[in-house]
Amino acid sequence: MTAQTLTAQREQEALISGCEAIAHACRLADVDVITAYPIRPYDTVMQAVAKMIANGELDAEYIVAEGEHSQFEVVKHASATGARVFTGSSGVGWFFAMEAIVVTAGLRLPVVAMVGNRALDDPGAFGVEHNDALAVRDLGWMLPWIETAQEALDTALIAWKVAENPRVFLPCGLGMDGAILTHSQAIVKIPTKDQVDRFLPKYDRGRLRLHPDNPVTIAPQVNEDWLMEIRRQTDQGMRNAREVIQDAYREFHQIFGRQGGNPFVEEYMTEDADVLLVGQGTLAMPAKVTVRKLRQQGKKVGFVRLKWLRPFPTEEIQQVLGRAKAVGVIDRDYSFGSPSYGGVLFNDIRSAMYPVKSHPHMQCFICGLGGREVTIDSVTEMSEILLKTAQTGRVDQETYWIGIRG
Amino acid sequence: MATASVEVVYRGIFQRHLAQRVVRGIVLAARKEGKIGISFGRYSDSPERNGIPAKQFAVVADTEEELQAYISKYEPTNNDVTVVVDDTLAKGLESWAWYGLQPINKLTQAGGTVLFTTMQSAGELITHIHQKDQPYNLAIVKGTTHFSGLWVYKDDHTDVRVLGAIAKVAPHVVSLKSIEQAIREEWADELKAASARKSYERVTSTPVPAGKGNAETPFAFEMPKWQDMEIGLVIPAIPVKEEVEGWEGGFRPGRNPTFKKFTTRTMRPVVDFDVCTKCTICWLQCPDSCFDVTPDGFYDANMEACCGCGVCEAVCPVEHCITMVNEQAFTDNKSQWETWKADEAGYKQWVGKTIANLPERSHGFRFVGQYQQELAAAKEA
Repeated sequence: MTAQTLTAQREQEALISGCEAIAHACRLADVDVITAYPIRPYDTVMQAVAKMIANGELDAEYIVAEGEHSQFEVVKHASATGARVFTGSSGVGWFFAMEAIVVTAGLRLPVVAMVGNRALDDPGAFGVEHNDALAVRDLGWMLPWIETAQEALDTALIAWKVAENPRVFLPCGLGMDGAILTHSQAIVKIPTKDQVDRFLPKYDRGRLRLHPDNPVTIAPQVNEDWLMEIRRQTDQGMRNAREVIQDAYREFHQIFGRQGGNPFVEEYMTEDADVLLVGQGTLAMPAKVTVRKLRQQGKKVGFVRLKWLRPFPTEEIQQVLGRAKAVGVIDRDYSFGSPSYGGVLFNDIRSAMYPVKSHPHMQCFICGLGGREVTIDSVTEMSEILLKTAQTGRVDQETYWIGIRG
Repeated sequence: MATASVEVVYRGIFQRHLAQRVVRGIVLAARKEGKIGISFGRYSDSPERNGIPAKQFAVVADTEEELQAYISKYEPTNNDVTVVVDDTLAKGLESWAWYGLQPINKLTQAGGTVLFTTMQSAGELITHIHQKDQPYNLAIVKGTTHFSGLWVYKDDHTDVRVLGAIAKVAPHVVSLKSIEQAIREEWADELKAASARKSYERVTSTPVPAGKGNAETPFAFEMPKWQDMEIGLVIPAIPVKEEVEGWEGGFRPGRNPTFKKFTTRTMRPVVDFDVCTKCTICWLQCPDSCFDVTPDGFYDANMEACCGCGVCEAVCPVEHCITMVNEQAFTDNKSQWETWKADEAGYKQWVGKTIANLPERSHGFRFVGQYQQELAAAKEA
């Protein structure tokens, strides 16, 4: 990135990775405090941000912590004082920080963190699996999953806007597939600072701000007389987020001309589809290619990309999937011993479909674990299984492991 | 087919083991009669705080099915017997979870018994105990208050004397015979069994009609709905100063409106304003900022904030200016300074009378050899 681009008065294009796109979002959002601790594949973002600070392009407190736990503790506290923050991690690093990550939602702190999705040890592996970020699925973290570098930049800006809305005040984890998204470079439109300033207001914590001028106690010990009310408040924040996300996308579209359409689900050739595949993250790319190929053969296959797992778009999912005869959920994750031995996404989506009167047959495809490619062949195999289910009206097997030897 | 429950109200840490022995004793004794039971502490009282009122319970039932109704409870609400092992708890209790002030007889069932270990009479106790809509009985096991610690236990037989008394006042809960059997098995001590028997014979019980007792409305507050609570676990700070009308020149620190320390005290400071030199030391040293600075520069211990620790007495350089006095000597939480202002001579007389009997001011450990002295005195009596 050249100095000319950074001070540009109009949108510029750059060939950058997903991690670099996030770093640009940090710069444009004028983040105050960033904490870092290296772990692949998240760490590219900390390098990119560090460079920007060194070059004088971003003025932020950049703290390299002694581990992920401290990393998340520091941003949590900074956020309580009214600082806009960014941090991130991957795989077991995210788990090491879990105590701090859990309380961040309870304290209603709008921490934005990038999760460079990575398989959990053991065995040590660098490739993508979604189980790291999924660990906070039930804990009050908003969870978008991102497909492209452009979407990474855009979603990060949206994440601050939503998280810092007083009706929400919840942390947001940006799900970014390791390697495929974090490390490959694509053409990204970089907006101007002026555009971003119009979109993203200053973070104002108001009467909740931890500051000598606004003396407050935070994080007290409570007993059973208080906790249920506090949980319900967090629940309400997540419910409010639905509407706040919608508003944020609308505004984003007005200012930047991107991210129109439904913020929560992307539909690809779903109109008259008999069978639908659902998935999140970068596997959308091979899925879309496969759908196009199968359509050429006259097979009525479509793809639905889930863009936000939390808050979960129940109505949209019910409406879109309710039209199909058979639905297959592609899980780049596992949930050992779960209902039907399916993935996390599968069981969430299947549960959302239960109230739909004529709900489709539901099948689960565990695929692409540990960074294994989700190939055109794999998606074709899934589609064929679904087409057979739609045709026979019978589910032969609920969960398949696709692309596995043996 | 029946269940019965007993609550033991005690001061945290100092009487924990005593309370535990009583509730365990009840369950073990009931077992001798083929009943089944559980004993447990009120979860919100744990971890216990020094001297903060706490509760333990024993529930016994004829069948396991009947007992199940109590197994997931934190606090049984209809007790056959409420045992109170410190008489200053007659004024009620607040656990550290701050539910507001709970009258000591609130969870005693109609016709049940509130059983005190005390040297006071029923007449004296009833001036402190809040009125109840239903009649109940006030029983007394005569004795000084048992206080020990977390790591030591003073085996003064208070445990078995309470057990023996329960067999008398509530024989449907457990019989004396079973109590004695349980004592022999649990402690292998014939003397303790004899103590239980003696207590069974000596315990006195007085019926208390509905509506008799302290007429004060106990301090209570409404718990907010989730919509009304601040989000983010944020609690606004207490203001540094509370504005008090007509207090120009004075200073009253801001205080938490719901966190009152009425029942954490077993003693309170009595201030003789006539000898006070306004040296400020009590005010500076009080760990709870409980002193209000009056407009004329005196230091008035506010009884909503005082936990009765006695630091003020210890640091006061003037003899008999601040004196800690047993909480049972007081029936209200009024400002001493205001009483003094209204009638200086009358107040002086009251101070003299109130601090005259110093050794009785507190109970619990004060000096080595105290227990032996108390035993000797008790034998003489």
